[in-house]
Amino acid sequence: MAEVIHPEEILEEIAASDLLKKVMEKKKEGYRLSQICAALIDGKYELSYSFADDVSYQYITYRLVIETDVEIPSITEIIPQALFYENEMKELFGVKVKMISLDYKNKLYRIRQETPFGPKEA
Amino acid sequence: MAKKSVIPYGPQHPVLPEPIHLDLVVEDEKVVEAIPSIGFIHRGLESLVDKRDFNQMTYVAERTCGICSFQHGMGYCEAVEHIFGVEIPERAKFLRTIWAELGRMHSHLLWLGLLADGFGFENLFYQCWRIREKILDMQEMTSGGRLIFSVNTIGGVLKDIPADMLRTILSTIDEVEAELKTVQKTFLNDYTVQTRLKGVGVLTQDQAHDLGCAGPFGRASGINTDMRKLGYAAYPYIDFEPIISSDGDSYARCECRIGELFQSMDILRQAIAKIPNETDLATPVKGNPNGEYFMRVEQPRGEAVYYVKANGKPYVERLRIRTPTFANLPGLCEMLKNTELADIGLLILTIDPCISCTER
Repeated sequence: MAEVIHPEEILEEIAASDLLKKVMEKKKEGYRLSQICAALIDGKYELSYSFADDVSYQYITYRLVIETDVEIPSITEIIPQALFYENEMKELFGVKVKMISLDYKNKLYRIRQETPFGPKEA
Repeated sequence: MAKKSVIPYGPQHPVLPEPIHLDLVVEDEKVVEAIPSIGFIHRGLESLVDKRDFNQMTYVAERTCGICSFQHGMGYCEAVEHIFGVEIPERAKFLRTIWAELGRMHSHLLWLGLLADGFGFENLFYQCWRIREKILDMQEMTSGGRLIFSVNTIGGVLKDIPADMLRTILSTIDEVEAELKTVQKTFLNDYTVQTRLKGVGVLTQDQAHDLGCAGPFGRASGINTDMRKLGYAAYPYIDFEPIISSDGDSYARCECRIGELFQSMDILRQAIAKIPNETDLATPVKGNPNGEYFMRVEQPRGEAVYYVKANGKPYVERLRIRTPTFANLPGLCEMLKNTELADIGLLILTIDPCISCTER
C-alpha cells in the first residue's frame, strides 16, 4: 500500500483589503499559487485564490466576494506568474484588477465578445 | 551591445503541435525575453454549464483535450462525487486507474515522438509513435474509443474491462516495455540527442517552485510532488514514488517522462493484480449536487484542478478547469531567457504544451 496523504483543505473568506497580506504570508510560508478562479454568483464576483504546499499537499483557498464594480489589487508584484490568471478573469468575467504587471488589455483570449462570463446588461 | 529586435514565433510553426504565439525579444541570436499570447482556440467549454446538466458536463469535460481526455472526465467526476459524498465501487477505482495510466503512457509516447521530431531524429519519432499505437489499440479495445473513451460517469464508470482484456493489456505492456528499453537508450545515451538536450533550457528548483510549475516539468527541476499521492481512484493501493530529477534541463524532462512511462507500466501491473472481482461499476447518485469542491488530479502534464460549485440545481454554477499547461506557461517564458533562437522550438516542446487544454 502506498502512503496516502490526506491534506487539510481550507476555504477562508477574506476581505479584498486583506488579499495582498494573505498572499504575502503564503508566499513566505513556501506555498505555490495553484490557481485563481472567478465566478459570477448572484450578481457578485466570487474570486478564489488557491495555494498549495508541495510537501504536505495542503490546499488553502482564499475567497473574496465583491461587488462587480469593486477594483481589486493585482498580486503580480508578489507572485509574477499570477498574470495569466488575472488577465483571464479580467477578460472573461470583467473583474477589475489594477496594476497587473503585464496587462494584455483584452488580448489574452482572441474572442469577439467582451467579458462573455461577466455581468449581463439589464 | 547588440540591438534588440522582436521576432514573432507562431502561432503556426512546424514544430508547434498547437497554436501558441510568442514575441521573442532577441539580441543577435540570444533570446532575452519571451511574451506569450494564447487564445487562438478558446472554445468557452466552461460556459457550457448553463446549457448542459451536471451529468452531461462529464462529456464536455472529456473534450477539453484529446490527449488527456479520460483524466479530464475523471477529474470532473471525482469533484462532483466529493460534493455528493459518494464512494465509488472499488472495481471502478481500479478501472479508472488503469485507463488513466494507459492515457499517461500514450501521452508521454506522443511527447517523446514530438521531441525526437523537434530535434530532427525522424526515425526515433516513428519508433515512439509506432509503440504508442499499441497503447491506443489497448484503449480502443477496452473502451471503444482510441482517445475519447466516454466511460466515466458520476459515481463510477460505465464499462468493465473483462479478465481476458486485462491479460491482453499485461502482455502488451510486456512488449511495449521491451521496445521502450531500446528507445530509452537512444534518448538517454545518444551523443547527438544529449548535445541538443543537456544543459539547455535550465530551470532551477527555486524558479520552478516560484513560477508554480506542475508535473514532469516541475519534477525535472526537483519539485517532489505528484497529485496521485492524494489517493484518488485506486492510487492508495499502488506503490509508487514521484520520479524526480534535479538538473532542470531538457534532458532531465526527457528522463522524467521516460521514467514515468516505466512507472505507469508498473502501476498497471499492480492495478491489474489487485483489481477486485465486483459487478458493481457505479454508485447511483440521487438528486442534484449542492456544494463546492476543488479536485486535483495528476494528468500526464501535471496537476490539473477542477473546481465545481453547485447549488442543488441540475446545472452547476461554475466549473473551472485549471490545466497544467496554463500553470507551466510562466516557467516556459523564464526558461527561454538566455537561450539560443535555434533551440526555441525544442524548448517549447519540453514542457509538453497542450494549448487546447490551456484555453478550454
